[in-house]
Amino acid sequence: MSRPAANLHFLANPARFRRFVARVLPALWLVTAASLAGGLWLALVTAPVDYQQGHTVRIMFVHVPSAWLSMAGYALLAGLGASLLVWRHPLAALMARAAAPVGACFAAICLLTGSLWGKPMWGAWWVWDARLTSMLLLFFLYLGHIALTRAYDNPDRGDRAAAILALVGVVNVPVIKFSVDWWHTLHQPASVVKIGGPTIHPTILWPLLAMAAALLLLFVALVLMRTDSEIDRRRLELAERPS
Amino acid sequence: MSGYLAMGGHAFFVWGSYAVAVVLLGGLTVWSLADRRRLRREIEARGLERRR
Repeated sequence: MSRPAANLHFLANPARFRRFVARVLPALWLVTAASLAGGLWLALVTAPVDYQQGHTVRIMFVHVPSAWLSMAGYALLAGLGASLLVWRHPLAALMARAAAPVGACFAAICLLTGSLWGKPMWGAWWVWDARLTSMLLLFFLYLGHIALTRAYDNPDRGDRAAAILALVGVVNVPVIKFSVDWWHTLHQPASVVKIGGPTIHPTILWPLLAMAAALLLLFVALVLMRTDSEIDRRRLELAERPS
Repeated sequence: MSGYLAMGGHAFFVWGSYAVAVVLLGGLTVWSLADRRRLRREIEARGLERRR
């Protein structure tokens, strides 16, 4: 087994995971706060005004990383779902419960900031465009996942149902990514993650990457902290069950 | 300064986007921290020691 895979397997044990979180989380919060401060400074102060979009280009620094993280978050749910259904990892279900609201939050930010960007640029708050519609579907998939984990008296059944939804729904992630290539859409095509490299000017690209890194750290910190809480919640539920 | 805050006439859209992110992510963080504290209090109240 390779070293990273061995480390992940090591963390699949809840007790070890908690020790890891207790060690890592305080420093992670500090790095996240510093990264957010730096990212916001680059996004709101040093990034130049776009010659076509003016100051509204600054919306991109929140909108695009939120879109990336909402898609990555759903891919994580699918991976955790497979881990639960195939290998029955004890931590996978709890981490999926912890990650789904975080991913849903980023999907909501993507949709709302996209709407706030669309109005001045397109003249419309919303259009039933392939990219926007598939992103809205992703948000509903997150809500469905959250609802399923809470729909059963037996939490294990809810976790398995949500894992199946995550595995089925993950097909929507490449649809979102390639929707601007497969269909004629109002949404602009990919300009960062594309073959041939980014087509954005470095003065805009670096603030975007800085904000993406800062929000990724926030995503990781939130998921680790919430997973730790889910372990506590499951312990309380087990203590309440009649023996 | 007021020119910068006006964001070229798009202040509502630009600041609104950042406000949405701050409210949602800040709200989720505060809610998660409060939930964590509540669970820890409950664990302690029931005498269920946290295994480390």
